[in-house]
Amino acid sequence: MDALNGLMDGFATALTPMNLLYACIGVILGTAVGVLPGIGPAMTVALLLPITYNVEPASAFIMFAGIYYGGMYGGSTTSILLNTPGESSSVITALEGNKMAKAGRAAQALATAAIGSFVAGSIGTALLVAFAPSIANLAVKLGAPSYFAIMLLALVAVTAVLGASKLRGFIALFLGLAIGLVGIDGLTGQNRLTLGIPLLSDGIDIVVIAVAIFAIGEALWVAAHLRRRPVEVIPVGRPWMGKEDWKRSWMPWLRGTAYGFPFGALPAGGAELPTFLSYVTERKLAKKPEEFGHGAIEGVAGPEAANNASAAGTLVPMLSLGLPTNATAAVMLAAMTGYGIQPGPALFEEHGDLVWALIASLFIGNLLLLVLNLPLAPLWAKLLRTPRPYLYAGILFFASLGAYAVNLQWFDLALLLFFGLLGLLMRRFGLPTLPLIIGVILGPRLEIQLRQALQLGEGQWSTLFSEPVAVIVYVVIVLLFAAPYLTRLVRRTPQEA
Amino acid sequence: MTDSPVIREGAPAPDAPDAAAAGPDRAQLGLAALVAAVGIFCIAGTWNVQAGFSGVDPLGPRFLPRVVGLALIVLAVLLAVATLRGDRGEAEEGEDVDLSHKPDWMTVAQLAGIFALNIALVDFLGWAITGALLFAGVARVLGSRTWIRDLIIGAVLSVGSFYAFYVGLGVPIPPGILDGIL
Repeated sequence: MDALNGLMDGFATALTPMNLLYACIGVILGTAVGVLPGIGPAMTVALLLPITYNVEPASAFIMFAGIYYGGMYGGSTTSILLNTPGESSSVITALEGNKMAKAGRAAQALATAAIGSFVAGSIGTALLVAFAPSIANLAVKLGAPSYFAIMLLALVAVTAVLGASKLRGFIALFLGLAIGLVGIDGLTGQNRLTLGIPLLSDGIDIVVIAVAIFAIGEALWVAAHLRRRPVEVIPVGRPWMGKEDWKRSWMPWLRGTAYGFPFGALPAGGAELPTFLSYVTERKLAKKPEEFGHGAIEGVAGPEAANNASAAGTLVPMLSLGLPTNATAAVMLAAMTGYGIQPGPALFEEHGDLVWALIASLFIGNLLLLVLNLPLAPLWAKLLRTPRPYLYAGILFFASLGAYAVNLQWFDLALLLFFGLLGLLMRRFGLPTLPLIIGVILGPRLEIQLRQALQLGEGQWSTLFSEPVAVIVYVVIVLLFAAPYLTRLVRRTPQEA
Repeated sequence: MTDSPVIREGAPAPDAPDAAAAGPDRAQLGLAALVAAVGIFCIAGTWNVQAGFSGVDPLGPRFLPRVVGLALIVLAVLLAVATLRGDRGEAEEGEDVDLSHKPDWMTVAQLAGIFALNIALVDFLGWAITGALLFAGVARVLGSRTWIRDLIIGAVLSVGSFYAFYVGLGVPIPPGILDGIL
């Protein structure tokens, strides 16, 4: 097997002392920012993008992978101990997890979340090894029309499927596409939308956009609404589980994984739907359904596993097609571009060593998280009490530093403030941030594919439908739009009959 | 614990949720106008861009800006109509966000001011100084009352990051007026 050889090489790279150190830093940093309110893995990776100037790509991605998985762990700690989840993927965990914590079973809730995340993360990463290379193999053969269609699908899916309001999703998406237009057009060398400012000719750096939207926008929004009462954190000792807890947890872990991975791997995946489905399933299958709503361990085990499995699934389109479907993946792809590595189906062939080192480090990071985080849980609980003025002053400080370090000019800080205010506006009016970021990243690539497709097709629009894969993807896009109406029809029919 | 809806002392009812009944969200019309303006900018701003040879690049550099601009204008109209019909966005929630009281825009303005000050001074004073001021200023605005301690923490962070970037990453951050000292 090619994949197994690649994976072995990957382990050889990831297990060098230096890279193990990066993995450790990654998982600890990731868990910390996952625990801390107002800052998440996407923003942390964005802030760390300056390290790509001086650190080997493999080491950087090993650290980013640790941050990515660590962020998932940290998020569950917050929702169990604080009951105010910041990330939509942890909302479901808070339902039962916080009830368990209030009933004095915080240690068991954290344990089932941590071990469930480990199980789901390991299985999910194994599935990633199984699927990603073959998908990439198929995708390499696709031409511009198919690739254009697939990117379109990713944009539409992220925008229309996730989030409450499609209108707001599309506004965010097109604002992102507009931001992506700024700069020199690659094919004609003409300035577009630069207002004659030479500094804008290279386009707006994705680091600046990501940090502004995620960090500055969030900090300003929190500042406008800062909770005036002190937070109530439930104290916790070292997580552990009794025999009964294990018996009740292992099936939900596996079922959660089965929900999470496929949803994560789909272009519109996300973790909301699989965590919700897992919760509903566990409630239905539970031997004591009356416990749900009062702290049932199954309601933590299943959704947490689903959450982590979907995180692993997200890496399938990212590594095999170069398509980001969540914010962290989007920023990691930006980091790849920073190294001059073109994300896309050719990644496995051209940079196999890097990709396999990243995948191997996911296995390692997952184990590190389990080993480190069970004993460290009380420390993470303490972290939740960080005085808020310092927390947000720190976020603004590092955000400014990260943006300033890109080009060492004040102009980037001005852009940071400008887009930070945009991020604030978006939160005020309920515009989702993910479609905007994905629009900024995919917009320019989408344009190039479209123009290349039409170049080869000599300007005939019909060329976009010249490949079977493209046609199938367009059908899927139409179905995505029609799905809500179709389900309404189907639901109505039995009643009328 | 906080299971019951939050009702603060002295205030009969939280302001923000109550406003839902009070007609359209006028501020959202401003958002619609902004979206439309960006759309118009996309189209007008690329009006004079020269297309290459049509044989090499049939679509040209003006196509996507026009599509994006047009879409933004249409979306802005849809948003305006939806707003007038009473549609409201769901303001984002979070760990430290308490939506039950009115937004405190004064704090936001102060933070933006500190930020602007950093932009204005960073070239002259250098990051090691403005970074420390940024940290202490933000902490102050958000309710910290220990000036000296905040400044010390800020200075440790900014000087530390200066050397971390210089030594660790090989990125020399301009020292500003501290040139020769750092």
